[in-house]
Amino acid sequence: MLNVGKIEEGFVLDHIEAGKSLTIYHLLQLDKLDCTVAIIKNARSNKKGKKDILKVECDINTLNIDVLGFIDHNITVNVIKDGKIVEKRDLSLPKEIKNVIKCRNPRCITSIEQELPHIFVLADEKKEIYRCKYCEEKCRKRDLFYQ
Amino acid sequence: MRHLMSPLDFTTDELTQLFDLAADIEKNPQKYAHKCDGKKLATCFYEPSTRTRLSFESAMINLGGQVIGFSDAGSSSASKGESVSDTIRVISCFADICAMRHPKEGAPMVAAAHSRIPVINAGDGGHQHPTQTLTDLLTIRSLKGRLDHFTIGLCGDLKFGRTVHSLIRALVRYEDIHFVFISPEELRVPDYITDMLKEMGISYEENTSLEDTIADLDLLYMTRVQKERFFNEEDYVRLKDFYILNKQKMELAKPDMLVLHPLPRVNEISVEVDDDPRAVYFKQVQYGVYVRMALILTLLDLA
Repeated sequence: MLNVGKIEEGFVLDHIEAGKSLTIYHLLQLDKLDCTVAIIKNARSNKKGKKDILKVECDINTLNIDVLGFIDHNITVNVIKDGKIVEKRDLSLPKEIKNVIKCRNPRCITSIEQELPHIFVLADEKKEIYRCKYCEEKCRKRDLFYQ
Repeated sequence: MRHLMSPLDFTTDELTQLFDLAADIEKNPQKYAHKCDGKKLATCFYEPSTRTRLSFESAMINLGGQVIGFSDAGSSSASKGESVSDTIRVISCFADICAMRHPKEGAPMVAAAHSRIPVINAGDGGHQHPTQTLTDLLTIRSLKGRLDHFTIGLCGDLKFGRTVHSLIRALVRYEDIHFVFISPEELRVPDYITDMLKEMGISYEENTSLEDTIADLDLLYMTRVQKERFFNEEDYVRLKDFYILNKQKMELAKPDMLVLHPLPRVNEISVEVDDDPRAVYFKQVQYGVYVRMALILTLLDLA
């Protein structure tokens, strides 16, 4: 059994679908943060058989985890402060997602103007459909893992 | 300050005001001949669209204003790599209002976000062309006297035609509209449109024959069936005549049915129909100028 130590402040993202932790690592842009991150893949899970876990040691105000609501409702977000769980955050679909997914429409203005932020706006909460703010190209949660 | 990006930017009440103004412009053009004295319209056309550009320019000149601009990206600083946001910041120093046509979808929205002057989307790729929809609505209202309680047939390429999609989205806001979608199987109206109609409880039917449905229509909106949309030549040859409006089909239509078309027309409306008083597609162009005049006045707060 692999042991990963406690964190003092940050997030523990539990119940991530097995194999998806690296995708989430990139979507949260953890590669750009100078902090300690533990990626635990295929951990044993009573519920699912196996799961992934991400532990991120950082100031809890520096990381925007809203996007997780778009990726997977079932992820459990534990907020850690002084080595203890201070909050279990519920995930809901964010109204807007900025610079997480890229618009794939070749006719979109973002395809030629590199400095523009890629912004997707929640268009249909029931069907979990987001649309590009500029060209209204559709993006669903399930498309995300194939980008 | 207000911009126009989509035909849905205006509420139906605001559209009524806009169309009332356009109707007054039609009746009393002299009253508006100097409303924009000293004002300048910039037509920033990153791709050629002579008809839309001239309509905007004519509208501004009719109001006493002047026009500056460019008519393709090659003659603008975009060819040197300037961003849309930089261009509009510069144009804001030269003009009072801007009409922008761009091949990339969302470009006018980017411009509006950085502009000090009102921006009108004059067409962005296959996305929106709001002044065409306003033109269609004004034509219907002026010639039918209302925008509700009728059966409208939309015929031709209903899959890729952005004018059709915009018009449907604008018309669903009015009462008792029944849509008849007439197209080949390959060019049916997209699911998201029919899903929207179902969800809103708006009645519609789909048909492949213009001949079978024309008698029920109060309005017929024709679009072009383009050869390049078909997978093979055979299908195109088989279907193209099916969607050509000619004298024979017009005989089956109601005496007060109106025929609209966003133009340019190629061969989908036979020239023999042009003299039929129900063919209003050239009047539609004139209404396009009136609605753009009303829009310029409204966005410049001169109405």
